[in-house]
Amino acid sequence: MPIQYYIFFCLTLFSIGVIGVLTRRNAIIVFMCVELMLNAVNLLLVAFSKMHHAAGLKIAAASTAGIDAQIFVFFIMVVAAAEVSVGLAIIVMMFRNTHSIDINFLNRLKN
Amino acid sequence: MSTLEILFYALSAFAVISAVMVLISKNPIHSVLWLILVFFAISGHYILLNAQFLAIVNIIVYAGAIMVLFLFVIMLMNVQSDNEPQKKLFTKFIGVLSGGSLLTLLIALVKQTVQLEGKEVMMKEGTIGLIHPLGKALFSDYVVPFEISSVLFLSAMVGAVIIGKK
Repeated sequence: MPIQYYIFFCLTLFSIGVIGVLTRRNAIIVFMCVELMLNAVNLLLVAFSKMHHAAGLKIAAASTAGIDAQIFVFFIMVVAAAEVSVGLAIIVMMFRNTHSIDINFLNRLKN
Repeated sequence: MSTLEILFYALSAFAVISAVMVLISKNPIHSVLWLILVFFAISGHYILLNAQFLAIVNIIVYAGAIMVLFLFVIMLMNVQSDNEPQKKLFTKFIGVLSGGSLLTLLIALVKQTVQLEGKEVMMKEGTIGLIHPLGKALFSDYVVPFEISSVLFLSAMVGAVIIGKK
C-alpha cells in the first residue's frame, strides 16, 4: 500500500476533527474532536514507522528501524490519557459554575 | 484487488463515516458511541500494519478508559440534547469551508511531493510492532521517559482531584 493513501486517510480524519472544533459549541464534543485529531496523527506515525522499517530491512536483515515511532505513539497515548482526565475535570468545574457547557461562555475569561 | 486493499478501504470508509457521524449527531452520547467506532476502525488499521501492541493499547486506553470517562461525565451532567446551543449557520459554513480548504491544500501538497513517490508501507509483516521488540526498546532506550510519565500521571491525578474539589 503506497504511503500516500495513508496520508490522505489521516488528513481526512484530521480535517473532520478541525471542522468539528470550528462548528460545534458543546465543549465535550469539541474535546472529542481534539481526540480524533490526535488519533489521526497516531495512525500516520505508525504508517511512517512501517515505511521506514521496510526501507531499513533492505539495508540490514535484523534492522529495527522505525521502532521509535511506535514508542512515540505509546507516549502520546499516555499523555492523552492524562490530558483527558484534567480536561474533563475542568469541564465539570465549568459546568458547576455556569450550568452550561457552551464554549461561548468561556469568553468571560477575557475580563 | 487483494484482501489487504479491500480491508484498508473498508476500514477507512467506516472510520470516515463514523467520524462524520460524531459531528452531525445531536445527542452527545451518540457522538461518544460513534467515536468509539472510529477508535475500533483505527485499531483495525493498526492490526493491518502488524502493530499489535498499539492496537490492543488503543482499544484498552481509548475505547475503554477515555471514552467511558467521557460517557460518565456526559451522564453526570445530564445535558439535554434539545436545548444545546447551535452556532450560527454562517459560522458553521465558514468552519466547514476552512476545514475543507485545509484538507484540499494538504492533499495537493502531498500529491506533488517527489520524496514520497514509490514509498511502500509494509503491511501484515515486520516484527517491530510486536510486544517483544517494543518492550526491549521501551525498557532500555526509553526507560527515563517511561519513569517520567509516571510522575506526569501522578501530577495529572492530583490536578484532577484539586480542580474537581473546588
